Amino acid sequence: MKKRVLVLSGVLLALSLVLVGCQGGGGGSIKIGVAGAHSGDLASYGLPSVNAAKLVVKEINEKGGINGRKVELVVEDDQCKPELATTAASKLVSNKVVAVIGHICSGATKSALGIYKDSKVITISPSATNPPLTQSGEYPNFFRTIAPDDAQARLAVTFIAEKLGLKKLAVLHDKGDYGKGFAELVKQFAEERGIEVALFEGVNPGAPDYSAVVNKIGNAKVDGVVWGGYHPEASKLVQQMREKGINVPFISDDGVKDNTFIEVAGKYAEGVYATGPTDTTQNPLAIKAIEDHKKEFGSEPGAFFLNAYAATQALLNAIAKAGTTDYDKVVAALRSEYVETPLGNISFDEKGDVIGYGFSVFQVQNGKYVELK
Amino acid sequence: MEYFLKLLLSGTTKGSIYALIALGYTMVYGVIQLINFAHGEIYMIGGFTALIFGGFLYSMGLPAPVVLLISVILAIVYAASFGFTIERIAYRPLRNKPRLSALISAIGISIVLQNFVLLAQTEKYLAYPSYLPDLPFLQPVKQYINATQFIILIVTALIMVFLTMLIKYTRIGKAMRATAQDKDMAQLVGVNINQVISITFIIGSSLAAIGGVLICSYMGQINYYIGFIAGIKAFVAAVLGGIGSIPGAVLGSFVLGWTESFGTGYLSSDYEDAFALLILVLILTVKPEGLLGKNQKQKV
Repeated sequence: MKKRVLVLSGVLLALSLVLVGCQGGGGGSIKIGVAGAHSGDLASYGLPSVNAAKLVVKEINEKGGINGRKVELVVEDDQCKPELATTAASKLVSNKVVAVIGHICSGATKSALGIYKDSKVITISPSATNPPLTQSGEYPNFFRTIAPDDAQARLAVTFIAEKLGLKKLAVLHDKGDYGKGFAELVKQFAEERGIEVALFEGVNPGAPDYSAVVNKIGNAKVDGVVWGGYHPEASKLVQQMREKGINVPFISDDGVKDNTFIEVAGKYAEGVYATGPTDTTQNPLAIKAIEDHKKEFGSEPGAFFLNAYAATQALLNAIAKAGTTDYDKVVAALRSEYVETPLGNISFDEKGDVIGYGFSVFQVQNGKYVELK
Repeated sequence: MEYFLKLLLSGTTKGSIYALIALGYTMVYGVIQLINFAHGEIYMIGGFTALIFGGFLYSMGLPAPVVLLISVILAIVYAASFGFTIERIAYRPLRNKPRLSALISAIGISIVLQNFVLLAQTEKYLAYPSYLPDLPFLQPVKQYINATQFIILIVTALIMVFLTMLIKYTRIGKAMRATAQDKDMAQLVGVNINQVISITFIIGSSLAAIGGVLICSYMGQINYYIGFIAGIKAFVAAVLGGIGSIPGAVLGSFVLGWTESFGTGYLSSDYEDAFALLILVLILTVKPEGLLGKNQKQKV
């Protein structure tokens, strides 16, 4: 009995040595991690990124790889859970990846970032929008191919101040994380620019009637109304405002930049402004990426597909330009080199936020959202 | 002063919206002492039915008032049959069981109906066309009150009068009052209480359907969840006015509407619900049976 255990453990030991040997000796290929929610209820946010990375890597490898080295993907699932994200990060680091495309959710990204930072692993998220991830300056290894949450509010205020020239605003929100967050940032940026916020209030989402708060808007004599929240409340507010003869501009966010808003609000939707991610689906590279996805996987790509596609391209481009996988040189290349992607010609600023892609202002014109250039 | 008047009017609108739903709530409670949590869902189903039939009839080229009339009637029929069925399958078997059982059953029905509409129709918000006529004589005052608000107010008043008359002066009204006072005694003197309760549910659900069509026309949208939110507010209004009392439901609704409107107008809409519940607590501490509720004697 004892002998058998000894033999078994001997075999296991030998095996593990072989395995370790394999890992250490794989200097030929460049390993890239892909991390995010690949199972669980948020899998639909994470799986398209895996497909995007596979497509980009396949194309590169068919052309002979980068600097003569093949690219290899290591996929880890975090289910968007911070505690699983640290495990996934540790696995990727011990697998000696050069960089990680991910993670998907802001919370999971944050908990994994510390591990990557200590091991000098570059991280490019296609979808984590939480502003402090870049703005805190804590994570010099972090980049993203999506605009942070506050970019939307900043764009809205710039538009209000420079294009519409409004001086006095009412800012309303639905008391939710997304709507209130947007409204608070609009208030802050507006006041920094010297625009008066005469009214800042939350309303109850789903309430049958907003006439009291609409009367209050009328009484405050503002020359613009900003709404932070989603379209069902926005359409009721706009309708009741217009019926009471309050015809000032109505500016809102991505939650309203939805065709359902136009369907429900009907004629009252006309002229409403909303910010939303710049539409790049007509970009030739985006059309190609989507076609490739359909060919390879037989379906339409899902959320953040183009963002992840661009992230992988930017990373591989930076490694090619740097001519090495050395952390400092690749980081420098990410910040200085521009690359043509489905999102446009992009690069990254010193904090890690994407340059060349972000939000645009849209306006409802003749029953359609039209991007204002 | 003008601002005050505007707020008063929006409070009145809000109050009449709550009242349309609260009337059905209070009527069912008055007769069988059951808080029918599914009432909000009946209201939502009434709204949906009118939307579906209205769209169909409108596409056939019928004029708006005819569409409105037919789709309201269909909504009433549909909602009333729902109300009747719910009572038969979910409340009647529990009538002589502890009161809590029927209450839980009502909450269950409410969830079932919400999900039924969610699955059978859609989870999205749908645009709700206004089939209500534009009243020309309201044009000069339209920034104070529009046609839909005006119609809602009138209908609420008519329903209140209708219910009061029904309960006070008709045979079925008398039977309802008898059932409310003492079910066993009413049965002994020959009242068919099963029939009376069924009729109560049919009337309550019909009112909910009318409310559904009017309120959705006012909001311009509908979704499977609207009944829940409106139902909770209407329930608060009914308790405030004294649950079981018809004029109480209307008064409670107006008090609630005005509180919310003035609270929003002069303080902040952030605390709209807080004002509403604060006034409820205040009134119930002074008058536990509600504004117009009867002080029910404990049965020995």
